[in-house]
Amino acid sequence: MIFSGEFLIFMLLALIAVMGGVLMINLTKVVHMVVALVFTFVSIAGIFVLLSAEFIAAVQILIYSGAVTIIMLFGIMLTRHNDESEPKTGRLRKILLFLGVLGFGVVFYIGVYNVDFPQAANTLHENNTEQIGIALYSKYIIPFELTSVILLVALIGAIVLAKRDDQEEADKE
Amino acid sequence: MSTVPISAYLTLALVLFCIGLFGALTKRNTVIVLISIELMLNAVNINLVAFSKLGMAPSIDGQVFALFAIAVAAAEAAVGLAILIALYRNRKSVNIDEFNTLKN
Repeated sequence: MIFSGEFLIFMLLALIAVMGGVLMINLTKVVHMVVALVFTFVSIAGIFVLLSAEFIAAVQILIYSGAVTIIMLFGIMLTRHNDESEPKTGRLRKILLFLGVLGFGVVFYIGVYNVDFPQAANTLHENNTEQIGIALYSKYIIPFELTSVILLVALIGAIVLAKRDDQEEADKE
Repeated sequence: MSTVPISAYLTLALVLFCIGLFGALTKRNTVIVLISIELMLNAVNINLVAFSKLGMAPSIDGQVFALFAIAVAAAEAAVGLAILIALYRNRKSVNIDEFNTLKN
């Protein structure tokens, strides 16, 4: 029962996801960290497939492994990095933060480790995309339209923030 | 039905969230801090989708919420990176502890 195929796949994907995260913390070069995170994002997409959310999995691959990673790589390329510049100082701060995060994790693990709901039958796996579309365009139509406003604001805001201000540059020189 | 209990998914999301939190608080490189925040948002998405299938009342709403969260996270990444580039133009550095003008 416990060693079903689904459980094995879950363990494999979870292992890859956690390993990508740990590598992200421990690697020294910035580009390597981003590549390690891609493994995490792809295996999270696999987790979504296990949870019968195929559309979310496709969106995860498109947005996270595609768009966000490329945007971060461009951010790395456009700025100059002195690689491997983790300072030797601040070790005490790091240890204290680790203990704090560990405490946070333990507290929430105590909260979730024996959560169990009675399993109810669901039809999420059949015509998943169609169900999401129907929900988006009937029940969640106003948040859906507001999302387009958010994306527009983010687009214009990003352009305005990142635009080189020639007037100001000239004043400075 | 599913043979993986919901607590397994919640624990995975908790571990990923803790890794993201630790990275966001300790890393000095601002790009890595932004990416750690993305990792935390992703962990929350796992929780939303897990509850939408294995929760008390399974329905599609959790997946719709996860979609909205992904949209907002993508917008946040773009704006965060634009702020980073504007900061880099002023300070010629991406180390987060050199952005301390508000301190003085």
